[in-house]
Amino acid sequence: MPRLFFTPQLARFTATPEVETSALTLRDALEAAFAVNPQLRGYVLDDQGHLRANVVAYVDGRRCQERVLLADPLRADSRVHVLQALSGG
Amino acid sequence: MSHERAWIATKKGLFELRLRGMQWTVERISFLGEPVTMVLPPAADDKRMLASLTTGHYGTKVHASDDAGVSWHEVATPAYPTQPEGAPGPEWKLVQLWSLEQAHGAVWAGTLPGGLFRSHDFGRSWQLVESLWQRPERLEWFGGGYPVPGIHSICPHPTRKGEVLLGISCGGAWITRDDGVSWALAATGMKANFMPPELADNPNIQDAHRVVRCAAAPDHLWCQHHGGVWRSTDNAGSWQEVEGVPVSSFGFAVAVHPREPDTAWFVPAEADQRRVPVQGAMVVNRTRDGGRSFETLRRGLPQQHAYDLVYRHGLAVADDGRHLLMGSTTGGLWASTDAGQEWASVSLHLPPIFAVRFG
Repeated sequence: MPRLFFTPQLARFTATPEVETSALTLRDALEAAFAVNPQLRGYVLDDQGHLRANVVAYVDGRRCQERVLLADPLRADSRVHVLQALSGG
Repeated sequence: MSHERAWIATKKGLFELRLRGMQWTVERISFLGEPVTMVLPPAADDKRMLASLTTGHYGTKVHASDDAGVSWHEVATPAYPTQPEGAPGPEWKLVQLWSLEQAHGAVWAGTLPGGLFRSHDFGRSWQLVESLWQRPERLEWFGGGYPVPGIHSICPHPTRKGEVLLGISCGGAWITRDDGVSWALAATGMKANFMPPELADNPNIQDAHRVVRCAAAPDHLWCQHHGGVWRSTDNAGSWQEVEGVPVSSFGFAVAVHPREPDTAWFVPAEADQRRVPVQGAMVVNRTRDGGRSFETLRRGLPQQHAYDLVYRHGLAVADDGRHLLMGSTTGGLWASTDAGQEWASVSLHLPPIFAVRFG
């Protein structure tokens, strides 16, 4: 089953569970994580449910470019990593 | 709003300061490393407070404390409803919580991109004030300091519940007298010289950098505007420009004495195209006669090679009208115990300061 990993940087704000899910798309995988920790949603998605401007998601090593639908397909053995875009000072 | 405790919201955390004798000292740091862009201090006889974090990656997050800043927990963050397809104007996404005030049992939050939110349970939930958000005039607002417009000043009427005045960059000033059911523009008299001439007097596009209300004489308001200093003595029914401001009439911050409506403080900067102290000398302008005359106060402030800018919420006066604090975007913090006559540096090495508040 696809597995979802969040950057440990997020852990200073909220719990970041490692989630195993039967989701077929990136959005559904994220929803599975939000079901475990609802507070996580606001850290990853903005008011309109889009991926936050400074958050990035990788599916099997490929950066997800589309930030609105989040419909990237997942395989049975996909690995999804959600992390922060490095910026600021 | 005790004069013995203050909160400094900075790019790298929230600093609690205590006045020990004549010396301000750092008592506690919360959220070290995180941008705390606004703080709501406890009201008198209360320990509840709010802090807004504008994290670089994960958006705005609101935290509450029930013990006056000793411990914190995350509460709800104001969120915009789903944006209808094709809806004009800025995206319905919270950029920053720019102002926080409480009055008559409600907490008000002003945001970039221009929405006003209200909480009746001290931050556990928020409601967008749709009556203002849906005003067609909102689409004429534009950014001032940020790419999107924002509500930086919230002035609840101290005795009339349901009456609130807002200052907006760039959207003038707006007032509700029926608890947010309806709104009216309240910036008549302000003038935006940077606009096309036919729009210069339009109250809906004024860049009112900061608006403050005298607590004891609530009809009396002061505004540090992008184009100078304005004053109202009729509860924002009309605004009069204050002429003859020394050093420079440009700036962001203004504070008004809590009991003497003719007394107000300003921190001038050179001009909008060069936002630094005039000739590298930090000064504070004070009027005590309603703007007919000013004193330029500089004792204890750096007078050479100072490039500190005091932003909208970087100047505060305590309830006693004598204690002042002033914090800059380059991390300088100064205090006065005598209404601005003399200043002393508290620290010159703090992170960039977004807001200073007593309480």
